[in-house]
Parts: sequence; C-alpha cells; structure tokens
Amino acid sequence: MGVVAAVGYQSDWFDVVRAPFMVNAFVAGSLVAVAAGLIGYHVVVRRQVFAAHALAHIGFPGATGAVVLGLPVTAGLLVFCIAGALAIGALGKAVSEREVATGTVLAFATALGVLFGSLASRSASTVTSILFGNLLGVSGAQILTFACFTLVLGAVLAVVARPLVFASIDPQVAEARGVPVRALGVVFMVLLALVVTMSVQVIGTLLLFALVVTPSAAALYVTARPAAVVALGTAIALVSVWTGLLAAAMFDLPPSFAIVTIAVAVWLVLYAVSRARVRHGR
Amino acid sequence: MTAAEDVVELDGVAVKRGGHRLWSEGTFALPAGACVAVIGPNGSGKTTLFELLLGLVAPSEGSVRVLGDRPRRGNRRIGYVPQNYTASVGEAVRCRDLVALGISGTRWGMRPLSANDRGRVDAALEDAGVAEFANRRVSRLSGGQQQRVAIAQALVDDPDLLLLDEPLSSLDVASQSDVVSLIEDVSARGDVTIMVVSHDVNPLLPVLTGAVYLLDGHPHYDEIGAVVNSELLTHLYGTPVRVVRTAQGDLFTRGGGG
Repeated sequence: MGVVAAVGYQSDWFDVVRAPFMVNAFVAGSLVAVAAGLIGYHVVVRRQVFAAHALAHIGFPGATGAVVLGLPVTAGLLVFCIAGALAIGALGKAVSEREVATGTVLAFATALGVLFGSLASRSASTVTSILFGNLLGVSGAQILTFACFTLVLGAVLAVVARPLVFASIDPQVAEARGVPVRALGVVFMVLLALVVTMSVQVIGTLLLFALVVTPSAAALYVTARPAAVVALGTAIALVSVWTGLLAAAMFDLPPSFAIVTIAVAVWLVLYAVSRARVRHGR
Repeated sequence: MTAAEDVVELDGVAVKRGGHRLWSEGTFALPAGACVAVIGPNGSGKTTLFELLLGLVAPSEGSVRVLGDRPRRGNRRIGYVPQNYTASVGEAVRCRDLVALGISGTRWGMRPLSANDRGRVDAALEDAGVAEFANRRVSRLSGGQQQRVAIAQALVDDPDLLLLDEPLSSLDVASQSDVVSLIEDVSARGDVTIMVVSHDVNPLLPVLTGAVYLLDGHPHYDEIGAVVNSELLTHLYGTPVRVVRTAQGDLFTRGGGG
C-alpha cells in the first residue's frame, strides 16, 4: 500500500456489511436519520438552521473534554449542547443577529475542543472522529442511548408539535392565543441538543448539517404538507445513511463522506426540479 | 352578548413602553358591531393599544375591559393579525395549514383535525376569497392574497373582536380594495367588532363607523363623521390634510393644499 490508500471496489464488501460493527453502524445511523427527520421540519420552519450549526460547534469541546476526563463522549456532548441550547433559547433571535459575537464564541468553542483533544491520549483520532464522525465505531451502549433519545424526541414532539409550529410561524399571534412561546422555544432547543448529541457521534461536528437540515430542506422543495415533509425528510436521511454505508463498504470510503454526498446529491436534484417548476409557472 | 353592550371599554388608561409613558387618559367605549380605525402618527402607540386588548401589555393606570372581561392572553374570542404577519411565514407553510393553526395551533397532541374543523377552515378560506390558493404555499401569493389568508386565520375560530394591524400597508391599490371589501363583508355580518390600525384612512372610509385617534398622547373615540374633518386630521398628522366631499358623498383626505 502506497501513500494514497486504495479506493476501489472491495470484493468482500458483503462480508463487511454483515460484520457486527457494520450492523451497529446501520442501526445507529438509522436512529439518527429518524431523529433528524423528526426535528428537521421544525428547524426549517423555525428558521433556526443556524442553531443546529452552532450547537454542533459548542458540542465539540464537550466531546473532547469528556475523552480527557475518561467520561463517555455522549455525556460531554449532552452537557455542552444542552447548556448551549439553553443559552441560545434564552437569547432568542438576538443570537443570529449578533453575528460577530456568536461567531467569536463558536470559534472559541472550537479552539477549546482542539485543546482538550490535544490533551487526550490518541489525540488525533479523537479529534478526527468528533469532527467527522465515527459511525463504524459505535457501541451497543451508544445505540441504546440513541434509541432512548429518539423515543424522547418522538414523544415530546407528538405532544408539542402544533403549538410549536404556531409559535415558530408567528410568536406574536401564538402568544396572544395563549401558546407558551418562550417555554416551547426552550423545549425545542433541548430537543435539538439531543439530536445534535447523537448526530455528532455518527456524522461529526462539521458534517452534521447535511444530515439534520439538508434532508428536510430537500423534502420542502417537493411538498409543504407538514406530515409529508417529516416523512420524506426522514426517508431521505435514511436512504443517505443506508446507501452511504453500503458505498463505504463497497468502495472503502469514509462513511461520513458517502452519506453526506448522497444527501447533498438528493438536495441538489430536488432543488433543481423545484426551480424548474417555479420557472414554468407552478 | 347583546348588540347594545360595549366590546371594548377603557377608563383612564395609561400605558408605558420602555419606561416612558406612551399615552394616557384613554377613556372610550366601542359598541358591538363597530368597524373602527385606529389612527395616529408613527410611534403614537396604536399597536400597543392592540397589545393591551390582547393582554400582552398591562396598563400602568386605569382599567380595561374587552368583551366584558379583563384582557387576558389566550382569549379565543379575539382574532388578531399583526403587521407584516405573513412576511415571516417563509416557504414552508401552505395557506390551509396557516389558517388551520387558528383552530389547532393551541392544541397539544397529534389528534387530526375533525371533519367539522376542516369544514371551518374551508369556510374561512372561502369567505376570505382565497379558497383557490388553499394548497399553495403562503409565500407564493401576492401581498393582498397573503393578507386575506392571514385574516382567514384570525376569523376561523369565530371571534367576536377582530384586530388588524396595518392590513393595507405595502399593498397596491387593487389589493387594498380587495382587503377592504373583505373587511366590509365581515363587518356586514354584524357579529364581529373590527379595529383596524392604519396610517391611511382613505381606503377604509367606506366601511368605518368610527375611529380611535391617538392625538397628543391621549386616545379618543368618535363616530366617523366627527373624526374626518380637516382641522382635526391636520392637527393629528402635523401636516395639512383636506377633506373632500364627492358627488357620491364619499370623503377623501389629501395631504397638502389645505
């Protein structure tokens, strides 16, 4: 093997796919895809795409810090993401308006992540697996945690979905109608923190956007029916994870690359189709 | 509620915003079924009057009664369309879903809308003249169409009081007249009292029965004939305003030449 690792067809891919670590990857990836599909619609309707991006960055030092302290990565991510979620929820719209301050805080969070990463043993692999995901290293314990998070997410959304959409579209009218707008904002951010905590471990801080936001945004080009957007967004995320993992096994590619590429390709196609439809007057 | 009752009653009301007094000595009552403009210069507290009635802002002095009760959040008897309501909706929402939120937006849980509720949504879209756009995205409609969808949302739960904040702003003349004729239809039903914040009363004159004018920091109410006279409007806006009576008996106010 030379300096450039071989990327090419792997004739033993069917055995690879059936290996326990691959089965874990399929299960964990599917759970994250479902969670992303459920929250993605609300992220787009609330126009809080930026919050998903910000939480991923805030989670980075949490994850590397946990490694330094010998704690589970999930715990570190969860603590930092929920703290970040509560801060963003409390500041409300001001966060996205204060671009310089927010950008500076996110850069500092990333720098802290690098520092903690350098303190960890095997620092390079720790940092890489958090920035770009480590789907092939997911453990049974992580899967159990992801399953619990997804259940909590689904249960809470089933209760709050309608008032949450109302509050997202117009906080003023929703508040006048008696919807607890501020409380729902905090609930939403905590749910988003759960999804980010899961997604970072699968797809990584830097690539999370493509799994949490892109599938739902792509679905919205096709339909604006709320249930259909959630179903189609989830389907796109699932197909991206499954075909991405298969492609990774067949051609020895990094799974994160394959998954993100498929999600982006689907988004591009649906974007082009919707542009063409608008141009033809529909 | 009988027609004789007053829908909105203010008695010696003052409101503060950001520490300073916005207006005070607000004492007036609006009769049921009225269609009332709320007029006054920018920053005079027109929107704050709505927030007071919605229970979003508390009076610093005096007492307020709306539909016979103290103002409170979540009063389902009030329909409300804020200024630029639909501007924030974006690509993600269909007209039908936006209107349905007027019924289901306060409901917890996933239970689907009943056939009866869906019928009310269809009827509200129909009444607002936007039934043909029901499955289109709000953002794809013109400004006037969006405003009518927003009014359909405010009306879908059969309110007794309808509050419209600048429903005509940034609309072309044709769209303005569509929205005015919708307000006229609603007013003609007689069971909804309407308050409309507007910086321009002209397009609304055919439907108005009265106006609340915020003059010198004190809100007053008068029936329409008493409000629309040159001296008062000139004083109100601080620029010459003229009232013209046409052969048809319509009133027009024009800047300048007074």
